Amino acid sequence: MIRGTVLIAQEVCKGCELCIAACPQECLGLSEQLNIKGYRYVRLIRETCTGCINCALVCPDAAITVFREPKGAAKKTLVVQPAT
Amino acid sequence: MQDLKPTNGFEEVFRKVQTLTDTPMHYCPGCGHGVVHRLLMEVVDEMKIQDKTVGVAPVGCSVFAYHYMNIDMQEAAHGRATAVATGIKRVLPDRYVFTYQGDGDLAAIGTNETIHTVNRGENILIVFINNGVYGMTGGQMAPTTLAGMKTTTSPFGRDIATMGHPLKITELVAQLPGAYYVTRHAVHTPTAVRKLKKAFRIAFEFQEMKKGTCFVEVVSNCPSGWKMTPQESNKWMEQNMFPYYPLGDLKVPKVRMN
Ligand SMILES: Cc1ncc(C[n+]2csc(CCOP(=O)(O)OP(=O)(O)O)c2C)c(N)n1
Ligand code: SF4
Ligand code: SF4
Repeated sequence: MIRGTVLIAQEVCKGCELCIAACPQECLGLSEQLNIKGYRYVRLIRETCTGCINCALVCPDAAITVFREPKGAAKKTLVVQPAT
Repeated sequence: MQDLKPTNGFEEVFRKVQTLTDTPMHYCPGCGHGVVHRLLMEVVDEMKIQDKTVGVAPVGCSVFAYHYMNIDMQEAAHGRATAVATGIKRVLPDRYVFTYQGDGDLAAIGTNETIHTVNRGENILIVFINNGVYGMTGGQMAPTTLAGMKTTTSPFGRDIATMGHPLKITELVAQLPGAYYVTRHAVHTPTAVRKLKKAFRIAFEFQEMKKGTCFVEVVSNCPSGWKMTPQESNKWMEQNMFPYYPLGDLKVPKVRMN
């Protein structure tokens, strides 16, 4: 299975949950904390993301950036760094 | 848990296009307007026509569309977007011109302009967001409000005998000889989103070929006006709006591009 991951602009998200409903891997969920606008925002809650971009397609606020492991590439360890 | 960005060989496969500004959109959570804005701007970005596209914003919730679309924009008085777009296109025929209008704007106060613009076959794209209510002013009844649908001005539901039938303006304009491409879409699922984007692309290409008016309706939600959560509103839209406003092409030219 191709692996992917998402980066969500927390302060842009309005917690509408449409991306949660669109995700076939059930890997998105709402935060407990509120963002600056007062909404619970979406987070990656499971490492099952395949980078299918469904969540990003339905997001009304263009809050999601999606990454995917290149096809055929040797399996790499997913290295992540805090987003700025 | 912090937001994490992959650094090890993972490719970016989706990001917000630069043809959308970084201004946060004022729309309610889950409102379809944001998706439609993004798709239009994705097509403008793909076709590399950012400096040649002029949008006309309406009065309605999308009145601030010019804050979000990173292109030349003109605000029009309520209902007059297609008339303004006609002027822009005639003076600057090499520009890609589109209007972006709600159902209150396009199908109520602007019915006249809409019909005559399409009848003249003005070489523009009309984007019509049909959410069945006046969102901006607090969810009042629109011409497109469904029979029996409760709004602030039809608290017992739209009564056909006294309030008339929901107006299928897209079917109406499809009859006009000036209409070249007329289609109806939605943005409630990833598949629907992909289809709408394709329709915008085709419409802009037809405009380049000077074919006449392209009219793209988007059946959309208004969670606030409908008093539902975004997910409930999408479900309600599928069950109630789609049977009356079925998705699909209403008028397609004989020569289809792929
Ligand atoms: C000449 C004029 N008449 C009435 C209004 C009040 N008004 C503002 S927005 C609106 C309707 C907007 O509804 P719609 O076009 O469906 O857009 P939505 O807000 O649902 O996106 C009305 C009647 C106005 N601004 N100007
Ligand atoms: S669709 Fe966008 S705005 Fe809505 S919850 Fe998901 S990330 Fe947030
Ligand atoms: S009032 Fe309705 S149409 Fe307007 S932004 Fe809110 S949900 Fe969207």
